[in-house]
Amino acid sequence: MNRFDYVRAASVAEAVAAWVPGASFLAGGTNLLDLMKGDIVRPSRLIDITRIPGLDSIEPLADGGLRIGALVRNSDLARDRHVSGTYPALAEALLSGASGQLRNAATTAGNAMQRTRCAYFYDPASACNKRDPGAGCDARGGDTRLHAVLGWSAHCIATNPSDFCVPLAALDAVVEIAGRSGTREVALEAFHTLPGDHPETETVLEEGEMILAVRLPPEAAGFAAHSRYLKVRERTSYAFAVVSAAASLRLAQGRIAEARLALGGVAAKPWRAREAERLLIGRLPDAAAWTECAAAALSGAHPSGDNDFKIDLARRLVATAFARAAAGTPDRLPALPASPFAVPVVSSGVHAFA
Amino acid sequence: MPDTIPTALPAALPALAPGHVRHGSSIGQPLTRRDGALKVTGAARFAADNHPPGMLHAVMAVASIAHGRVQSLDIAAARAHPGVVEVMTSSNAPKLARHPDQTGQPFTYKLDLLQDDRVRYANQPIAVVIAETLEAATEGALLLRPTYAAEPSSTSLDQAERFVPDTVGVGSPPNETSGDVAAGLADADSRIEATYDTAPQYHNAMEPHAVVARWDGDRLFLDTPSQGLSMAQARIAGLFGIDAADIHIESPFLGGGFGSKGAVWAPQVLGIMAARLVGRPVKLVTRREQMFGPVGHRAPTRQTLRLGADRDGHLTAVDHHTLTASSTFDDFFEPSGRVSHTLYETPNLRTTHEAVRLDTGTPFFMRAPGEASGSAALESAVDELAEACGMDPLAFRIANYAEQEPKSGKPFTSKKLRDCYARGAERFGWASRPLQPRTLRDEAGLLVGWGMGTASFPALMMQATARATLHADGTGLIELGAHDMGQGAWTAFAQIGADGLGLDAAAVELRIGNSALPNAGMAGGSAHTATAGSAIHDAATAAIRALADLATGDERSALFGAGNQGVVARDGRLHRKDDEQRSERYADILARAGRASLSADGKAAPNAANQAQYAAHAHGAVFAEVKIHPTLGQIRVTRLVGAFAAGAIINPRLVTSQYYGGMIWGVSFALHEHALHDPRTGRVMNANFAEYRVPVNADIPDMEAILVEEDDPYVNALGVKGVGEIGITGTVGAIANAVWHATGIRVRRLPITLERLL
Ligand SMILES: Cc1cc2nc3c(=O)[nH]c(=O)nc-3n(C[C@H](O)[C@H](O)[C@H](O)COP(=O)(O)OP(=O)(O)OC[C@H]3O[C@@H](n4cnc5c(N)ncnc54)[C@H](O)[C@@H]3O)c2cc1C
Ligand code: SF4
Repeated sequence: MNRFDYVRAASVAEAVAAWVPGASFLAGGTNLLDLMKGDIVRPSRLIDITRIPGLDSIEPLADGGLRIGALVRNSDLARDRHVSGTYPALAEALLSGASGQLRNAATTAGNAMQRTRCAYFYDPASACNKRDPGAGCDARGGDTRLHAVLGWSAHCIATNPSDFCVPLAALDAVVEIAGRSGTREVALEAFHTLPGDHPETETVLEEGEMILAVRLPPEAAGFAAHSRYLKVRERTSYAFAVVSAAASLRLAQGRIAEARLALGGVAAKPWRAREAERLLIGRLPDAAAWTECAAAALSGAHPSGDNDFKIDLARRLVATAFARAAAGTPDRLPALPASPFAVPVVSSGVHAFA
Repeated sequence: MPDTIPTALPAALPALAPGHVRHGSSIGQPLTRRDGALKVTGAARFAADNHPPGMLHAVMAVASIAHGRVQSLDIAAARAHPGVVEVMTSSNAPKLARHPDQTGQPFTYKLDLLQDDRVRYANQPIAVVIAETLEAATEGALLLRPTYAAEPSSTSLDQAERFVPDTVGVGSPPNETSGDVAAGLADADSRIEATYDTAPQYHNAMEPHAVVARWDGDRLFLDTPSQGLSMAQARIAGLFGIDAADIHIESPFLGGGFGSKGAVWAPQVLGIMAARLVGRPVKLVTRREQMFGPVGHRAPTRQTLRLGADRDGHLTAVDHHTLTASSTFDDFFEPSGRVSHTLYETPNLRTTHEAVRLDTGTPFFMRAPGEASGSAALESAVDELAEACGMDPLAFRIANYAEQEPKSGKPFTSKKLRDCYARGAERFGWASRPLQPRTLRDEAGLLVGWGMGTASFPALMMQATARATLHADGTGLIELGAHDMGQGAWTAFAQIGADGLGLDAAAVELRIGNSALPNAGMAGGSAHTATAGSAIHDAATAAIRALADLATGDERSALFGAGNQGVVARDGRLHRKDDEQRSERYADILARAGRASLSADGKAAPNAANQAQYAAHAHGAVFAEVKIHPTLGQIRVTRLVGAFAAGAIINPRLVTSQYYGGMIWGVSFALHEHALHDPRTGRVMNANFAEYRVPVNADIPDMEAILVEEDDPYVNALGVKGVGEIGITGTVGAIANAVWHATGIRVRRLPITLERLL
């Protein structure tokens, strides 16, 4: 690990003022320190923001929305009764990520800012346009099983690995940002950028800007009864998504009044599927609707390598996630959050013959 | 922080505390681990926990190409980094007495020790940076920024030319035939031919290979984890041209070994060389990603099985072909076919092996080497043939039960496999399994599948020595350079020693894990308890015999005239066999003889006569239930029941834990572990625990291990077979077969991934 300055900021103003080119904000450190140890990033200065007061609260807002401070730990957020009751897909997504120990350290902003898990990005000996703009992309033609099928470019096929951001995108979350020249807001959906010609740019944050909070608008609470996050992964826990989906419904008179859908593990950003959502409005919540919606959500998908299975899998996942959402949010968070196995199953040989 | 760890931890643990002790016979009792409290409190001192005064830290720089030469290293940049003391490269590495490619001794393999600029595999060490702190050494290693002249490399079975190796495993012939396989297949009413792929896997014990090395003149002091202390001494002695007796290795605890600590590998020797170069103690700990290359691995295999059966489901032929790989520069060939030699009765049997040479580190013994991969393929193929015959997989296996070892025709020393089948099947509820696949669902609509596999592993004996001592205060001491890899040697060997000495386990001190102790051979091949345990038993028996001699030859003793055979040792006393009322305390016998203590040596070795006459194996049956999401393909093992017969059980708690560990490894083999080499560069692209997947707790189901009783009069004096590796065998096939039963899809490429089930 390189030698670096360490600055402990006592306020947002101090943190922002301490920023110099090459500096990084340090939150839980679960991603940043790994990247430093792996020689993937070499920040000249770490600005520790974890002691800044006031950034670690979860505040229900007067308008019915919710403000989540940048330093709220992922575990605290997921276990907050108001959060899990009102935004169940959000809680499920958080609890399906990483491990208990990591979630205890990981923060709201750190999660939103975590870097891709592309193995070639993590391997300093590989060419990577994200690490070294213009160097090339060794992922292409390599092991691409978990790479993007939507929104990728010839310069980068990496995915964003965050689970948390997927329901945030579906629920129209807003990111509150502070910089030297004041504060601003960006929709979470627009916060992460697609690679295009500049995969080194991953978000709309300007140099030296930091995240203060993530806010959910009042409408986000309207999906509490029918919201699920579903994540397909290679082991039952402690694995990034192969593909994931946040599916939320508002039902009225047995029909779909409003639908929300975002996909994870398929693109460089949480992938909001607005067209597909619209197809559901006014329809009966049935298998035909899900199939059509799933097809629409993946209509622009192309394999970026040896990963066309993900397109089919994502379609199946969307249909399953909506079927689960339509069935109703469970009373309690499942023991295996977001898992295809998150259903009450007695494992002692109980079975029925089909 | 490290200096606050209590220093006096022990090659000898404190005697068993009450609660860990059962008075009277110790063997067979489920005693808890003596080292348990040390481990859960962090007080157990592993190799890398040692910090001798003046110690420096060394970090390896490793190659990012798989084949070629190092062209340049920025040594000046590394040296200029604050805290860096020295950079060791091929130009200044201490000269070795023997080139590390000169092997010769058994179980020694070629090592990359900075003798030249050649790169033979990715992650090969190419330099070592030595610094005052770990951080400085780590950064120094990065600052070397090597450049290479890369040459083409191949890291997959498809990329290289095949040949037939001279031997596979440990000196076994690559090709063996009995009967006429072609005729057997031609005669068959049902036959299958199927090819199974198993993935490369890398040993990744929690504790990586680490060394703390300190030279004192030509004497060398090492803390390093070892599964074979005296072999390690011999290897290091040869490399440095010093006397093995001048090498003192402490290895009280291993944080797992799984075979990879059976040899000394480059990282350990480089730490020793670094200490010599700088004239100060040096610690070198292999980084997690560096475990993927220089310390052994399980090579990939591609196995083709052709099996035939007659109308009644009796095998007419077994033809088992294995393609595997070694490195470009050394020989280790996974003997996957061997398992077919022992499992199922067949008149016609052929096993053949081919190999390719890849630009990887040299493969090595990895928990159940050969048996794990071989059984994965054989058990899947047997299931496919059972299906072709329209038979229940268990009934099919029982129909082909081998009463003698198929390859040799020898009877077994013991074989309670039928009981394993029966008890495992009953416990699992196998009888209600429908024959057809994709017929079971649970109430949530998940696909359910049941599969099984036969487990087997050879019951080996190696060589070991031990010393037993009786003290005048009535306590005992057992000493041998044995190894606790986490399997529980600290506890089990005390139990064996206590019974041998006729003492309560609380009164017996055990010393292991130190090269100054009597050579206890190696902890490998599931043979350590059998071998070292037998040596302990032999030493203890000899000590009691010597004590009896003192007593029975002394007129003043209550035992006078009883003769050697005429006494029994129990509870710290010798009793006359013919009159148990007449007895004497050990302490009194020694005191009268004016002896402070009495010691005897013991040994264990294979019994050639028994081996010529009998085949010796442990056996078992594993039953697995999996659930699979019908549209998403995600797989979860939900139940595992294993029933195993492995001779006498020294400590059922520890043995159960070994079976669990093996079965969990089986889950990993079947569903998770896969080192992904980029075909273009040969680098392992998932050399970390986020992406090189092993199961986590949520992947591990309700598990049960049934210990089937088995008396074995032949394997050794204790009747002990091995239990460390067998749990993997059978389990992999059982899971793959359960996946088929759940879905109707045969996935012949392990690990099974979800996209194959869509
Ligand atoms: C083994 C492993 C498995 C994982 N599995 C999953 C998974 O399954 N799903 C999942 O979603 N995640 C997973 N993660 C990632 C984990 O969620 C992230 O590491 C974590 O959320 C990062 O949060 P942090 O607070 O530790 O961030 P840090 O590591 O402190 O920071 C991460 C990045 O965010 C920047 N940053 C932090 N705070 C701010 C701020 N306020 N404003 C601007 N920039 C900021 C930092 O500069 C840095 O670039 C896994 C991580 C590991 C190590
Ligand atoms: S996919 Fe993107 S992150 Fe991965 S190597 Fe290519 S440019 Fe880098």
